[in-house]
Amino acid sequence: MTSLSQVVIAAEETTQNPLVPAPYDILWSTIIFVIIVVVFMKYLLPKMQVVLDERADKIEGGLKKAEEAQAEAAAALEEYTAQLTEARAEAARIREDARSEASQIVTDSHSRAADDAKRIVETAHKQVEAERQQAVVSLRTEVGSLAAELASRIVGESLTDDARQQRIIDGFLDDLDAQVSQQKAEG
Amino acid sequence: MANLALGAATTAAAELAADDSSSTGFFGWLFSSDGFHAPTVGEFYPPALLFEGTIFEFNRIELARVIAAAVLILLVWLVVRKAKLIPGRGQGVFEMLLDFVRVQIVEQIMTQENAKRFLPFLTTLFLAIFAFNITGVIPFINMAGTSLIGLPIVMAIWVYFLYLGVGVKTHGLGGYLKTSLFPAGVPKGIYILLTPIEFLQVFILRPATLALRLAANMMAGHLLLVLCFAATQYFFFEAAGAMKAMSTVTFAAGFAFTLFEIFVAALQAYVFVMLSSVYINMAIEEEH
Repeated sequence: MTSLSQVVIAAEETTQNPLVPAPYDILWSTIIFVIIVVVFMKYLLPKMQVVLDERADKIEGGLKKAEEAQAEAAAALEEYTAQLTEARAEAARIREDARSEASQIVTDSHSRAADDAKRIVETAHKQVEAERQQAVVSLRTEVGSLAAELASRIVGESLTDDARQQRIIDGFLDDLDAQVSQQKAEG
Repeated sequence: MANLALGAATTAAAELAADDSSSTGFFGWLFSSDGFHAPTVGEFYPPALLFEGTIFEFNRIELARVIAAAVLILLVWLVVRKAKLIPGRGQGVFEMLLDFVRVQIVEQIMTQENAKRFLPFLTTLFLAIFAFNITGVIPFINMAGTSLIGLPIVMAIWVYFLYLGVGVKTHGLGGYLKTSLFPAGVPKGIYILLTPIEFLQVFILRPATLALRLAANMMAGHLLLVLCFAATQYFFFEAAGAMKAMSTVTFAAGFAFTLFEIFVAALQAYVFVMLSSVYINMAIEEEH
């Protein structure tokens, strides 16, 4: 406040050239500007840059992560598809196997049934043959006596009448029939 | 400090008012006028606050610079101190400023790698110049730190040695002199004309114009504001009748110029940093 009058005096008397700096002007300017530059370049801006870089990294990292996830998903899909194809092939193979096995079983049982049938038929044949043999044998043992009986009967009757002869034979055969049927009924 | 800030014309008025009627006190001083005083260059040589007459002389322009620097560092420190990945409002504004310098100024001129190299200094320069400029319209300071030529000279010299150093480092001393003084693609005879011009350009005109443009702009702005407000004071409190109405005109002009000075503060910071980028880039690149 005491220097107010000096302001007026300075304002009126000054002859200073504003383009020529006073020494004190340069000195203080340098000090202040150097302080600003040092504080900003050594401390403030690097610290800010750290945050900015971190953010850039994070964004980059996020993008990278997304890319990785996408690649992973694609790989999983591919694997899944491969597995599906494999499973399908496996199923087809199993089906094929089952089909061939089934046809094998059918063939086997067919042949077995055929064998059985053949064996049964053979057994029956053998049985029939045996019965025939038996019949032949029993016929052979009986034919003699029957023939002898028949001859005695023929001799006992008159041999002149054909009709009578025929009647004797028929009677014999009827007896024979009755004998056989009686035998059958008994046996 | 408030009374100092109002400028020589009004402070002179204050003294007279105080002499005439000491009983009217502060308002008597504030609302008085002892005639119109046009601002002079003395505006920029205020009385010393400390160490008068020595190289350490400290006046209110130095004080304005100190305040600007302190506030700038404080504000940025407050932002940087708790800078996070997800920016808050303050950090958002600060990052916008950094991006403006990077994208709109430096990367317009240089390649990205070069920009990265010089960006810290150029960003600092931009913020510092703006801070020193804006004090010109801040009440009670009312004096741009850059309106006294010393600071613009210091900054211009810094840029000067920066681009010379970069040029010599990139091309070697001989190589740099050759590319800057003897531009390629010019007929040999023309060098008689061209080389002295280029010499003046590179070694004298570039730093000189940087410093002068900034200082002159801020000086002119300050004088305009003082003129407007001194005239308002005179017309309103002293002039009679219709002349009193003139005060509204001068006040409106002062208001407009205040807004204009805010714009100029940003513009000059932009221009200074833009030209610095251009000079540095010219020093790096082979052909220009």
